[in-house]
Amino acid sequence: MRVSRRVLLGCAVVAGMSAGLTSMLSTAAVAWEPKKPIEFVIMAGQGGGADKMARLMQTVVEKNGWASKPLTPINKPGGSGAEALIHLNGKAKSDPDHTIMVTLNSFYTTPLRQPNLKIDIATFTPIARMAEDTFLLWVHKDSGIKNVDDFVAKAKAAGSDWIMAGTGKLQEDQLLTDFLNASYGLNMKYVPYKGGGTVAKQLAGKHANSTVNNPSEQEGFYKAGDTVPLAAFTDKRINIFPDAPTFKELGKDFVYLMQRSVVGAPGMSDEAAAYYQALFQKVFESPEWQDYRNKRALQGAFLSGSELKDYWMVERDNHRAMLQKMGAL
Amino acid sequence: MRRAELTTAILLAVFSIYLMWKSAELPIGWIPDEGPGGGAFSFWLAAVMLGSCIWIIINWFRRSSPPSQSSEPFMDSFAIKKFVLVGSGVTVMIGLIHVLGVFGALPIFIIYYVRFLGRHSWTTTLAIALAAPVIVFFFFDVALRIIMPKGYLEFLFLPLYDIFL
Amino acid sequence: MEILQHLFDGFLIAFQPLNIGLVVLGVIVGLFIGAMPGLGSVNGVAILVPMTFLVPPTAAIIFLAAIYYGAMYGGAISSVMLGIPGASTAVATTFDGRPLALKGLADKALLGAAVASFFGGTLSVILFTGFAPPLADVALSFGDPEIFALMLLAFATFVGLGGDDIPKTIFSIAIGLVLSSVGFDYISGEPRLLLFGLDGFLNQINFLVLAIGIYGIGEMLWTIEVSRGDSMMSKAVITVDRMWGNAKELLGTWKVAVTSSLLGFFVGILPAAGATPGSLMAYGVAKMTHKNSENFGKGEVAGVVAPEAANNAASTGSMLPMLTLGIPGSPTTAILLGAMVIWGITPGPTLFVDQPELVWGLTASLYVANLFALLANVFMIPIFLWVLRMPFTILAPVIFVLSVIGGYAATLRLFDVWLMLIFGVGGYLLRKLDYPLAPAVLAIVLGPIAEPKLRQSLIISDGDISIFITRPISGTITVIALLLILLPLFKLIRDRLRQKASSTA
Repeated sequence: MRVSRRVLLGCAVVAGMSAGLTSMLSTAAVAWEPKKPIEFVIMAGQGGGADKMARLMQTVVEKNGWASKPLTPINKPGGSGAEALIHLNGKAKSDPDHTIMVTLNSFYTTPLRQPNLKIDIATFTPIARMAEDTFLLWVHKDSGIKNVDDFVAKAKAAGSDWIMAGTGKLQEDQLLTDFLNASYGLNMKYVPYKGGGTVAKQLAGKHANSTVNNPSEQEGFYKAGDTVPLAAFTDKRINIFPDAPTFKELGKDFVYLMQRSVVGAPGMSDEAAAYYQALFQKVFESPEWQDYRNKRALQGAFLSGSELKDYWMVERDNHRAMLQKMGAL
Repeated sequence: MRRAELTTAILLAVFSIYLMWKSAELPIGWIPDEGPGGGAFSFWLAAVMLGSCIWIIINWFRRSSPPSQSSEPFMDSFAIKKFVLVGSGVTVMIGLIHVLGVFGALPIFIIYYVRFLGRHSWTTTLAIALAAPVIVFFFFDVALRIIMPKGYLEFLFLPLYDIFL
Repeated sequence: MEILQHLFDGFLIAFQPLNIGLVVLGVIVGLFIGAMPGLGSVNGVAILVPMTFLVPPTAAIIFLAAIYYGAMYGGAISSVMLGIPGASTAVATTFDGRPLALKGLADKALLGAAVASFFGGTLSVILFTGFAPPLADVALSFGDPEIFALMLLAFATFVGLGGDDIPKTIFSIAIGLVLSSVGFDYISGEPRLLLFGLDGFLNQINFLVLAIGIYGIGEMLWTIEVSRGDSMMSKAVITVDRMWGNAKELLGTWKVAVTSSLLGFFVGILPAAGATPGSLMAYGVAKMTHKNSENFGKGEVAGVVAPEAANNAASTGSMLPMLTLGIPGSPTTAILLGAMVIWGITPGPTLFVDQPELVWGLTASLYVANLFALLANVFMIPIFLWVLRMPFTILAPVIFVLSVIGGYAATLRLFDVWLMLIFGVGGYLLRKLDYPLAPAVLAIVLGPIAEPKLRQSLIISDGDISIFITRPISGTITVIALLLILLPLFKLIRDRLRQKASSTA
């Protein structure tokens, strides 16, 4: 036993000495660099919207060789992101400099809804806001609905037989559904599904009457002419859907966006935070990311540092208010 | 075997009751217009588990299932010895992963098993004990980028990361 | 004939040096990843996505599809050789593959798996080539009640899988289903069954954790006890004659292969279902209809052919809704979909028109990947047998190590490795008392699909359970499923009555 360990250690040490020396000499004067593979936690499951974006970011970094150590994606969807948040919180003490995470709006809602997790998102290190995804109200083409007035008329007539498919209970889609129910006097029935892609399919297969999908989720069906966007939950019209007015234009002052941000573990050193901020700024400015943003009509400028933290705090308050209104807190 | 059958059934029945109690943290009834609540599925299935356990216990009294008729011991001394030696080996290996990481725990387990349980020569033992971590490192960490836990030995790998990743 | 023209163009693309090279490379990489317990096609495809940026999109998707195929073939290798399903899709392959290997007939099982995979893969690629768009519409017409009915059918086909002890079989199914509901309940938005207050249970229990625990650790503990220190595991020696005999025997299973492929393909194209239920159902159906049905589970080659034909057929099938609808039919296709988005391709109904080169190049490559995977598998059988001839005291620790590493790689959580150990030890002890374990594994795979579909259907129908009967498709499937479940019960009651009659007489 002793022999094998010694040999193993010996190998590592010899290899380490030579490589370590050269790398130390070359990087000693330069800013902070990751020393080991960077854990790239994804707060959602494989194949979903957040996962796709995370893998695109990883690909851009790898393709351009911008990071000296690889980003290794790890999906932690458990507990609507609770598992991911606990994981990052746990890294605060052990190794905060090599763990970053792609987040969405469950970053606000999960700690609010599960206070026993003792997660304070204000302690997390702001790295970069890469985009804000938009939401639209969608119906099937065969329903004959052309605008929000038609929609309201039909949905009112159907009462609780009108099925709105969305992602899990008390997540983004239900916040929007509740808004529609409240402001148009509707009584739509909300049916939760696992992810946005499944939701989009429910509409295309006419198993649901309407959805509030992101553009990327409905894109294929929209292009094939199966589904129609009626209105957008944005500030201004979305350029790829010029015919869909915003709810603001329709007299309802309601804007709701989904953040696509990168956060670091709590307690990350300033040097490491600066490194990741610079890295993701490069990713943000890369032609691939810009192209992706344009095609999917993503909004939201690049935010970082204290600006990003301020944005989180505002959004957290908004979500708290919305959840309180729904009686979920 | 008879005693083991009864003990197991009772333990599983207790576990079923725990699962039922835990499921009941969410609504287990029928919510009007919505169907079963969040805990209903697991609650009633745990109830089915409990029912099966009771059925097994009844069969035990009636001596109608093979284990409840068997007079053989549940585990003879050979089985117990092997179970303890192998089982504790695997348990210690997993425990060691927390401390020494995969690359420390693996060789120790292999030496324990191949040399002391299997009685193979030191040459064979060491060949496997050395080859295993090297293959795992290159297959998982390097080729697939699945970073194995390193425990307190992580510092040894920093230079290896510089070379291979 | 337009299709043949397209396909011919596709083959021209597939046979470009870069593409054919990537097919070969992808299949080999996939074989290794698939053969590793814990790693399946999902991991293989996910891990290699960033590397595909170096080649054009068509070549990239061909590469990923080849990995997908290779991994599907590879899953069978670890099922047969180690008795651990390499991926959820290969669970059913262990049921007969493992007994065959223990009898020294691993070569027969491996050949059966390879040929059946080839058959299933090829048949479904043909179906794919001919009927992609209309089948996509069928897939869309399956709503929640239909999928739930289908899951009911999957359970029904497995009624016969349990042991002779009825309460223990029921227990096994129930515990599998309860364990499958651990984790976050997205329908009510609440954490569920946070056992003993451990954070690790915030997440669903991964099927692989249970499967590797039971089939890896539990099975090894069992074998160590049963072998009583006998150091050899298998004494199989391969000869040309023997392979020839195997091949002839396989010809007899063509009916099983055809039905399983069709079943697998159909289940595969349904979004949300995927290859695992497909292969489980194919095994169940084969067991019910085969003339040697009592041999199933004891080493019947048809029991290897059925799930392998079905899972490969299903993996092609699940690419269909992805390409035509942009909906992934399985986790692997979800990653493929993400990759296509990265390359700037939008899958969906218009893909066949917008990107004929990609679609048909991919289709043609699937034929090529299938053929190559078959050849690679057949030629590697002697190597696998050599591994199996190693002394058990070397093989056993290697399998334990593979289980632990694989269990970690599947979810990247040490918590799950501990859970796996508990399942393994528990499974071993329960097995000694005649508790059947396969139903629990089956249940943990199907439970997470069945339960939400049940509840979604009931939300839609305002809690009215007649929704499963009144809709034509789900009604038909539900009735078949209920008949299948009740049939053995009737038989049992009849037998009991007869017994009583004869004993009183």
